Amino acid sequence: MTNSQLTPGIVPGRLSPESYAGNFADIAPPLDPHEVQVAADRCYFCHDAPCVAACPTAIDIPLFIRQIATGTPEAAARTIFSQNILGGICARVCPTETLCEGACVREAAEGRPVAIGRLQRHATDRLMARNAHPFPRAEPSGKRVAVVGAGPAGLSAAHRLAMKGHEVTLYDARPKAGGLNEYGIAAYKVAGGFAQAEVDWLMGIGGIAAKPGTMLGRDITLDGLQAGHDAVFLGLGLGGVNALRVEGEDMAHVLPATGFIRELRQAADLAALPIGRDVVVIGGGMTAIDAAVQAKLLGAETVSLVYRRSRAAMGASVVEQDLAASKGVRIICNAAPLQIIGNGAVAEVEFAYTGEVAPEAGGRPGLQLLPQTFRLRADQVFKAIGQTLDEMPKGLALAGGKIAVTGPGRTSLAGVWAGGDCAAGGDDLTVTAVAEGRDAAEDIHLFLTGSAAHG
Amino acid sequence: MADLTTTFIGITSPNPFWLASAPPTDKEYNVRRAFQAGWGGVVWKTLGAEGPPVVNVNGPRYGVVHGADRRVLGLNNIELITDRPLEVNLREIKSVKRDWPDRALVISLMVPCDEESWRDILARIEDTGADGVELNFGCPHGMAERGMGSAVGQVPEYIEMVTRWVKTHSRMPCIVKLTPNIADIRKPAEAAKRGGADAVSLINTVNSITAVNLDSFAPEPMIDGKGTHGGYCGPAVKPIALNMVAEIARSAETRGLPISGIGGITTWRDAAEFMALGAGNVQVCTAAMTYGFKVVQEMISGLSDYLDGKGFAATSELVGRAVPNVTDWQFLNLNYVTKAQIDPDLCIGCGRCHAACEDTSHQAIAMGPGRVFTVKDEDCVACNLCLDVCPVEECITMRELPEGAVDPRTGRVVAGYANWTRHPNNPMAREAAE
Repeated sequence: MTNSQLTPGIVPGRLSPESYAGNFADIAPPLDPHEVQVAADRCYFCHDAPCVAACPTAIDIPLFIRQIATGTPEAAARTIFSQNILGGICARVCPTETLCEGACVREAAEGRPVAIGRLQRHATDRLMARNAHPFPRAEPSGKRVAVVGAGPAGLSAAHRLAMKGHEVTLYDARPKAGGLNEYGIAAYKVAGGFAQAEVDWLMGIGGIAAKPGTMLGRDITLDGLQAGHDAVFLGLGLGGVNALRVEGEDMAHVLPATGFIRELRQAADLAALPIGRDVVVIGGGMTAIDAAVQAKLLGAETVSLVYRRSRAAMGASVVEQDLAASKGVRIICNAAPLQIIGNGAVAEVEFAYTGEVAPEAGGRPGLQLLPQTFRLRADQVFKAIGQTLDEMPKGLALAGGKIAVTGPGRTSLAGVWAGGDCAAGGDDLTVTAVAEGRDAAEDIHLFLTGSAAHG
Repeated sequence: MADLTTTFIGITSPNPFWLASAPPTDKEYNVRRAFQAGWGGVVWKTLGAEGPPVVNVNGPRYGVVHGADRRVLGLNNIELITDRPLEVNLREIKSVKRDWPDRALVISLMVPCDEESWRDILARIEDTGADGVELNFGCPHGMAERGMGSAVGQVPEYIEMVTRWVKTHSRMPCIVKLTPNIADIRKPAEAAKRGGADAVSLINTVNSITAVNLDSFAPEPMIDGKGTHGGYCGPAVKPIALNMVAEIARSAETRGLPISGIGGITTWRDAAEFMALGAGNVQVCTAAMTYGFKVVQEMISGLSDYLDGKGFAATSELVGRAVPNVTDWQFLNLNYVTKAQIDPDLCIGCGRCHAACEDTSHQAIAMGPGRVFTVKDEDCVACNLCLDVCPVEECITMRELPEGAVDPRTGRVVAGYANWTRHPNNPMAREAAE
């Protein structure tokens, strides 16, 4: 190892091999059997449980926990998967603290909710470990559906459609299926190649033909898909990123955080991945946290996460913020970038502190730049201030920069549905994308079997 | 600190906590450790007749019922009486008693149901220095198949007969240990009293199968693919034991007969409850077998603090205090009207009260927007189920309607005491009036 955390510039191999392994190991390892029993026993089996209401996929949480408690984790897994076929990844990446666990009555009672996420992981792991697919496929319907985008929404839709007996073709622009799960989430949340294992397991339903490396607008067209299929589901995600719109943004080493995370997730050897000594991440959401934490775990000496609003306004949950802080990420709030300074490549970023002004029309307070400024040294700047929809086929109505949908994902075009991050509404969560894909699939099924109107 | 010194049928011990006749009292080694830990007395594990000792199984002797986090709620056993030679036990008893003269040491006995056997064993224990004997008429497994233990305890005439033999052939205080595996616990207690017993102790273990192995289809604990019923004890049996103690304490025939309370006593509070229902002292086994002998220290400090708090100078002031309030259903006040009330500040919104009431009871708890749960007084029969299933202490309480108030459920004005014996719906009451 020739480099260290103090080596200037952007270099690989800042850490020992053991450090890389330790830093990127499973951040929340599975509960052991006794921990599972104790955790499951804490569930009160609430009536019309608040945790279920808080789950975008409405998993029957009290039931699956009771099934775990009584020694039938595979029954628990079926309860989970019947609502959310990606219950395995959701157990790992859901911000449970703001969803089910945030709503848990024991959170209200004693500030310590039932460990729903980890129990869900226990159950789903148990069933997936046998590589058993829990659901049979219905008799073939003879109907063909194109699903574009093999991320959470697309996978969820494809599975539900295949389960109903339809023939599904699953297109994705990237070489691997999984979308955000494979390319956009911190490695330590999905250790052990889980994302691909989950895709393989999900495909076990049968009836899904994967077409990787096939991009809408480049390799296929919406018109073409419509012509060749009885219905189309778009789960494209958000391919673009918002620009900072500050001077110097085009300098070298000022990059989207999503690209950094994608490269890290696909890296065969983390030690070969170069990282700056000083890294600045701009943004306050989950992507910002994932980039900042992983930059630190790769051996950056300083990582600063700068967000223009208050800590409370951050998109990342308190748990994520605390994780970042515990890994040594410095979180600076109420500061916005003014300019990026450097000679061809970034060397520093100048920020101005911000103050709130009267609310914008949408309800959020406006921001004004204050006279006080500061500069941070930066070898790399990762931008994480939101993502945008790529250019869409003509005729598809948009709303707020996303595909406009009504009801269960019906777009403005007959026979075309959309869900996940590319669709308007929703909240940019994996679990919400899964719910939208599932619900669109159910609607498509009704359409294909002649009992729904969206033709 | 209140003085816990307790004298039970003339046997004085520094506190009322004795170890019951069971595995913890089978050997000198254990009993010395128990006394060092602070136990007030022990009932030595049951001795059998002279001759080859009994043998035990060489597989599991215990079955268990677990609660949350593997908390032991109930234990059952198929162990027999002591399997060590009589001479060894007698020598050890003598040695321990010599070194611990202030502690109670009672010997449990079980020999065949003939006078000769009882006279012999009583003669053998005479010079051990032990304070008394306890007749094991309770053990429900193994020995019962040989006409001993609960086989005797289930026949009041046998109890009376054997007790009389013991009192004839020994000057020692005699406690008769009763089995709960019987329809009416007062009958064996009356028999013991008739036979001259100085006290009864109860309950012995309850006949039980703790679990069935669903792979080998045999009861647990399983010995080479087979199982047998064992004696159940521990916290799970406490309610059964409390009732049996109370029945003896309040029965006209047995009132005043000293009782040594046994059955799931785990904390000072359990012990205090037995004593309030008439037990002069208590015996403990499962708590010690679960946590070790040190648990007695919490029992001592807890009971002492409780007595202090109540202003009781001695355990005798506690004994029997609750007995007058144990009555028959027919004497309960039917004009005592309460309603459940839910404290919205304490409610955590789990909805168990609603589910329980709506599905299984009287549809008297409404679930409003925002998971606000309220009691419908017009439907509430005050059954207490909501309070019982609520996970939050004191969140649901029962509010008494004062005399003169109108019960919204019945529309009747709450009146003074009236019970079933005079109720117009009671055919017996009508007959009495006619």
